[in-house]
Amino acid sequence: MNGLLDSLRGIGARVIDSIWRMGVATRFFLMILLQSGQSFRRFHLIIREIYSAGVLSLIIILVSGLFVGMVLGLQGYETLQTYGSEEALGVLVALSLVRELGPVVAALLFASRAGSAITAEIGLMKATEQLAAMEMMAVDPVARVVAPRFWGAVISMPILAALFSAMGILGGYLVGVVLIGVDEGAFWSQMQAAVDFREDVLNGVLKSVVFGVAVTAIALFEGYDAPPTAEGVSRATTRTVVTSSLAILALDFILTAFMFRGV
Amino acid sequence: MSDNLIEIHDLSFAYGKRLVLKGIDLTARRGQVIAIMGISGGGKTTLLRLIGGSLKPTSGVLKVDGVDMSGLDRDALYQLRRRMGMLFQFGALFTDMSVFDNVAFPLREHSDLPEEMVRDLVLMKLNAVGLRGAHDLMPSELSGGMARRVALARAIALEPSLILYDEPFAGLDPISLGVTGNLIRRLTDTLGVTSIVVTHDIQESLRMVDYVYFVSEGVIAAQGTPDELRASTEPFVHQFVHGEENGPVPFHYPAPPYADELELAA
Repeated sequence: MNGLLDSLRGIGARVIDSIWRMGVATRFFLMILLQSGQSFRRFHLIIREIYSAGVLSLIIILVSGLFVGMVLGLQGYETLQTYGSEEALGVLVALSLVRELGPVVAALLFASRAGSAITAEIGLMKATEQLAAMEMMAVDPVARVVAPRFWGAVISMPILAALFSAMGILGGYLVGVVLIGVDEGAFWSQMQAAVDFREDVLNGVLKSVVFGVAVTAIALFEGYDAPPTAEGVSRATTRTVVTSSLAILALDFILTAFMFRGV
Repeated sequence: MSDNLIEIHDLSFAYGKRLVLKGIDLTARRGQVIAIMGISGGGKTTLLRLIGGSLKPTSGVLKVDGVDMSGLDRDALYQLRRRMGMLFQFGALFTDMSVFDNVAFPLREHSDLPEEMVRDLVLMKLNAVGLRGAHDLMPSELSGGMARRVALARAIALEPSLILYDEPFAGLDPISLGVTGNLIRRLTDTLGVTSIVVTHDIQESLRMVDYVYFVSEGVIAAQGTPDELRASTEPFVHQFVHGEENGPVPFHYPAPPYADELELAA
């Protein structure tokens, strides 16, 4: 009987704990938005973060985009050839990338490259009392440290996703047209005819903005909330990658369900 | 203007249900160096955080420069903190900025001074701690003692009236330790500030402070000038001043009987 009560109590405590944490995270997110004015007035702070979150992620995004596109070219050609419609390769590559793979894979890479770096940096700043020192100097760390990182990453994300897609299309072109010999005119013209700017491109951009907000908010919160120890920071970094990857995939399903309903 | 910069009366503080400090009375006059001493985990740092406004008292009065800390909103607290400097245990320098930018940080955040003036002020503050020549270095290139001196230059950048020191002597070699102690004394005298030093370095403290409060198990266990404490026969003070293993503060953490734990038959 006691064992049952204890386990019920344990479950209850865990539920209350997670709801509490979600409340804290939401309040933290609102604080970031409230404190963003200062970041935009001192835009050089955001530029610095665009460099560390965006520019430094370029290599992994560009190389991955190229390879994903090349694989799409190979696989797509194999399948399309069966139906004699290999000229549609451009459409397949472009739509897969712009609608799905660009935003999703770029966001997953971004979470593991930039998200983990943000969590570790903020967590270590907390562990070494840099955030507390800022507070004692009457400087709000959310306004000075957190908000610029948030906007820097959120601005970088759609640009990285767009570059990922562009490199992917280039990869598909290299494999499909240059290597295998699909007709170049058909490759590009079918792509141009089939890809709709609003339906496909803008929706893709919208997705990547949502993913950017989710990944960055998770990364910043995990860092800010991390226990100020080596183990605490390492766990928080892992949690950032796991939680934001799951969030990206779940959000992708929801967004896709709303955006592309087969109409 | 009251002569006392800090007035604490019957202050208590609890983390949840755990009472950490109870019935604390403490005053610090302008221009004094006050040490808060005691064993680790005794509530010293909590008291420092209360004075700095990071924690709010559960009950009692805590006034800094005539301002009651318990009723302060965030803006008022930030206003008050512009008149405070704090030196953290390991300096807490911003690791992504040079020594120069670290010291310039509070000036740039809180003033619109032209960059040439910021430069002059930063070099003056660094000169006061003897590290003008190190302004180009990054925090990772500094020794522990140097990092703390840079942090001290940063803490005095806005000319505060109160400086809080959290364990300024921890982990320093004897030379750096003496240098830091002298620096605290000299800055207090030349700038006319009040310094509150949380430490357990008894010998260094007795050498340079004006008054000592011993905090033990959440209460002020003893207080007095360094001379009074050296002469004290009170067991706790005696054990602390002479670093004795046994006394009111036991060597052993509470544990079941040794023989029982080793399962030795009686």
